[in-house]
Amino acid sequence: MRKLTIPEEEYMLPGHTACLGCGATIAMRYVLKALGKKTILSIPACCWAVIPGVYPHRALDVPLLYTAFEVTGASISGIREALDVLGKEDVNVVGFAGDGGTADIGLQALSAAMERRHNVFYIMYDNEAYMNTGIQRSGSTPWGAWTTTTPGGKKRMFKHEPKKNVAEIMVAHNIPYVATATIAYPEDLIAKLRRAKEIKGPKFIQIFSPCPTGWRHSPDKTVEISRLAVQTNFFPLYEVINGKYKVSIKPKNPKPVKEFLKLQGRFRHLTEEEVEYIQHEIDENWKALLKKERCSQEE
Amino acid sequence: MKKILTGNESAAWGARLSKAKVVAAYPITPQTSIIETIASFIANGEMDARYIRVESEHSAMAACIAAENTGVRTFTATSAHGLALMHEVLMWASGARLPIVMSVVNRAMAPPWSVWTDQLDTMAERDVGWMQVYSENNQEVLDSIIMSYRIGERHHILLPSMVIEDAFILSHTAEAVDIPEQKKVDDFIGEFEPAFKLDPDEPAGFGSLIMPEGPYMEFRYKMALAMEDAKREIEKAVEEYNETFGRNYAPFVDEYRTEDADAIMLVLGTIGSTAKDVVDAMRKEGKKVGVARVRYFRPFPTEEIRRIAKSTNMLGVVDRSYSFGPGADLYAETKSVLYSHTDVPVKDYVIGLGGRDVTPEVLRKLFDDMLKIANEGVVDKEIEWVGLHGDERWS
Ligand SMILES: Cc1ncc(C[n+]2csc(CCOP(=O)(O)OP(=O)(O)O)c2C)c(N)n1
Ligand code: SF4
Ligand SMILES: [Mg+2]
Repeated sequence: MRKLTIPEEEYMLPGHTACLGCGATIAMRYVLKALGKKTILSIPACCWAVIPGVYPHRALDVPLLYTAFEVTGASISGIREALDVLGKEDVNVVGFAGDGGTADIGLQALSAAMERRHNVFYIMYDNEAYMNTGIQRSGSTPWGAWTTTTPGGKKRMFKHEPKKNVAEIMVAHNIPYVATATIAYPEDLIAKLRRAKEIKGPKFIQIFSPCPTGWRHSPDKTVEISRLAVQTNFFPLYEVINGKYKVSIKPKNPKPVKEFLKLQGRFRHLTEEEVEYIQHEIDENWKALLKKERCSQEE
Repeated sequence: MKKILTGNESAAWGARLSKAKVVAAYPITPQTSIIETIASFIANGEMDARYIRVESEHSAMAACIAAENTGVRTFTATSAHGLALMHEVLMWASGARLPIVMSVVNRAMAPPWSVWTDQLDTMAERDVGWMQVYSENNQEVLDSIIMSYRIGERHHILLPSMVIEDAFILSHTAEAVDIPEQKKVDDFIGEFEPAFKLDPDEPAGFGSLIMPEGPYMEFRYKMALAMEDAKREIEKAVEEYNETFGRNYAPFVDEYRTEDADAIMLVLGTIGSTAKDVVDAMRKEGKKVGVARVRYFRPFPTEEIRRIAKSTNMLGVVDRSYSFGPGADLYAETKSVLYSHTDVPVKDYVIGLGGRDVTPEVLRKLFDDMLKIANEGVVDKEIEWVGLHGDERWS
């Protein structure tokens, strides 16, 4: 029998206010398990600004600074520099922001914080839309998805643009650590955070986090959808350490993306051709990723 | 020790002597030389601080907020568009009760682009819960920064401050400035003792969601009380500062020859010094005029302005900004606090926008107009734009 590698310590307390089956909540729980008590969080406007609970309740056992929507990058920079002034170099500083706060409104502050090379973690929990405000499209919403601002309708006005690849934008910043992860693979997620913890400098981790409310799936399917995202190559898991790619999981026989899509109401309207188009894009992206892995590993 | 310093160098010295430990800043004319001077202080080991070269003013304020909430003293500086970009997070800083100190160099808002002095930038931020102190000279810029840390950091105050100077007239003009002794400044401000901080040993959350039944309204009320209480702290700080460093500041309103004046001009910033010269000249001619230069616009010196208004026959308010409401800001607020307290005639003179020069000659014309109103008791026009192109009356 394999030994469970997930730490037993809990930094999430009972009483959070997330929806049933919320992937972002599971993501936070694992992140804190991996990083431990000496961690300070900065959380901008997003579902996670609400999930810890209403004042004076707080379902998190670590210090937490709520911040404006677009400032996470600047906020973690300020915390880090102040901690260093105080001689507390051993405290982890973690920005924990949604995809909207990361890919869109907060991209400027994030880019600058990474470029300045502060010793921080930036975690993007990716639920692929603005959920807190009621499921609007973000730059991270995938092609073809329904949201309330891409509602389909008679003109089939769903999202017609591909998902913005924030992890690759981070790679372009030449930071020491970039990774993708998801909640269905907690050992992988925790191992990545622990590896990142050993690195002094900016670390970016994108955690694919299914959202039953926004994706229109049954709350008991959260982990299954997270796993299918990897097994269909819809959301590949990989690391880029000092520019070297390493794909974490390479499905032997990738499942058709249809299996991932069909569990979610947000893709219900898609035609056969559109599903085929998505499959084609996934295959191309996967090939490109493997190529990057090969090229970057070559000496 | 005396040095020849510009207003901006004086501001940098203020931050240095106050021992700000995290500085996060973004350049904008005419603020740039503040943050350049600080950079060279740090680069030469003369100031021990972390310098975060952010990508925007919004991030500058956000980084200061985060650093201050982590338990260290912070400083930043900006102007006009930078200040406007900060708007959202200015309210975050005050709402989070973080006594950040920021230099603001007054500059006009575009369009059209203008880098010259105009107070609309700070006036547009008068309601965000920051203290605002306006300076008349470079010495006051430096001294006000030191005093602002001391005042804001008191645990029953905990409000941020803007220390404001006019673009170019102060920011880029050098004059002799007395640099206070470091040891004395240390004693005057004291060590930074945060009232609360992000600390893994005592986990707490700052700024969480709150319901209408929760104490949101009480938090605001406490801020309102703190802004009032700040008046006592300002008085104390100014008195002690004057004594320790040999200065002569009035806490709220710097009054010049107002005792027996028939007409008093209410001003902000450097127009005050020009007006004082004009007063001296006119007094020699037997014309009884005086100047009241408002230092603190927040907290608003209600009592002082009422007393000044009651002591004279006419109050002329000079505004170097215009708000598109019931007149410019100093005027509108002055009128509002005088209502039902005195019937003294009040007139608003809007002047010098976009950095247009405010000369002694023009101010003399304003004083003459004010004396006429004092004499006749009638205000011909409540809001007068002074010196518009083609306007013969004031040119
Ligand atoms: C400046 C600003 N604009 C808009 C909002 C409203 N707002 C709050 S959360 C949010 C969406 C957050 O989306 P994301 O970052 O993806 O996090 P999620 O809610 O999906 O977890 C928006 C638009 C805000 N708080 N501040
Ligand atoms: S809307 Fe989605 S991300 Fe937000 S709390 Fe609910 S399940 Fe979680
Ligand atoms: Mg989202």
